[in-house]
Amino acid sequence: MKAVRPGDWLVIAAGLLATAATAAAQWGRGAPAMAQVRLDGRIVAELPLTGTHRIALDGALAARGQTVIEVEPGRARIAADPGPRQYCVQQGWLTRAGSVAVCAPSHISLQLVGPDGAHDTVAF
Amino acid sequence: MSSSATTLQVEPSARDRRLARYAAAAIAASLVEAAIPSPLPGVKPGLANIVILIVLARHGWRDAAWVSVLRVVAGSLLAGQFLAPGFFLAGAGALASLAALGVLQAVSWQWLGPIGRSVAAAFAHIGAQLVLARLWLVPHDGLFNLAPVFFGAALLFGILNGIVAGRLMQEKT
Repeated sequence: MKAVRPGDWLVIAAGLLATAATAAAQWGRGAPAMAQVRLDGRIVAELPLTGTHRIALDGALAARGQTVIEVEPGRARIAADPGPRQYCVQQGWLTRAGSVAVCAPSHISLQLVGPDGAHDTVAF
Repeated sequence: MSSSATTLQVEPSARDRRLARYAAAAIAASLVEAAIPSPLPGVKPGLANIVILIVLARHGWRDAAWVSVLRVVAGSLLAGQFLAPGFFLAGAGALASLAALGVLQAVSWQWLGPIGRSVAAAFAHIGAQLVLARLWLVPHDGLFNLAPVFFGAALLFGILNGIVAGRLMQEKT
């Protein structure tokens, strides 16, 4: 009897399809559409990720400087922040829908949202 | 009044001995596998399934089910995992793949060989484990982010185990 029979190919193909479909569904919901900037939890700016923008705003540490947010096509980052530990700046460019950079001392956050706003929280 | 001592002697049949031999082989395979480090819990070669497939081909589904259940229970006792979460995950996986293999018994072996059956069983196995883990251990949809990795592993190891099982089936006992 042959080692690989017709039905085997069918099952392997179905397996490949299932793997590819879940990969697309789970990982492919990628392309973010908007960058949302929040101050004290309220949305203060919504920037489409199509062009290049640079905004500076005053957070809770306004006395020490402004928080600068940069948007380029498909990505956004916090370029500068007066916070002492710089976590949100060091996070660098955000590229995936749902990713967030939080400058806690400034009460400012930057979040990328997908075209359908797929989820509103991410737990790590 | 003395009650006469009764000796109850259970004579293991040839089938009992055969099942025990196969179960021992399957338990050995799963213990060997427990020693292999895995980058991700849940990604395992599933070597015991080679034994299950061979039993399925040679002696039918009922014997395969016996070997599989014995493997999960005795294997978890030996690994110190009995009634631990891993035991229930292993049990759910084993039952689901037995169900898949049972359904596929309706399909002729001429048309569907050990590789296809192995892949189908592997997917049923990881699918049931994912569902159980989602319902019970990790109640968050983030778990499904790993589904493509698990499915890819199921496909790869399903094919490899199927090839090995097919080769071993050619051997004369």
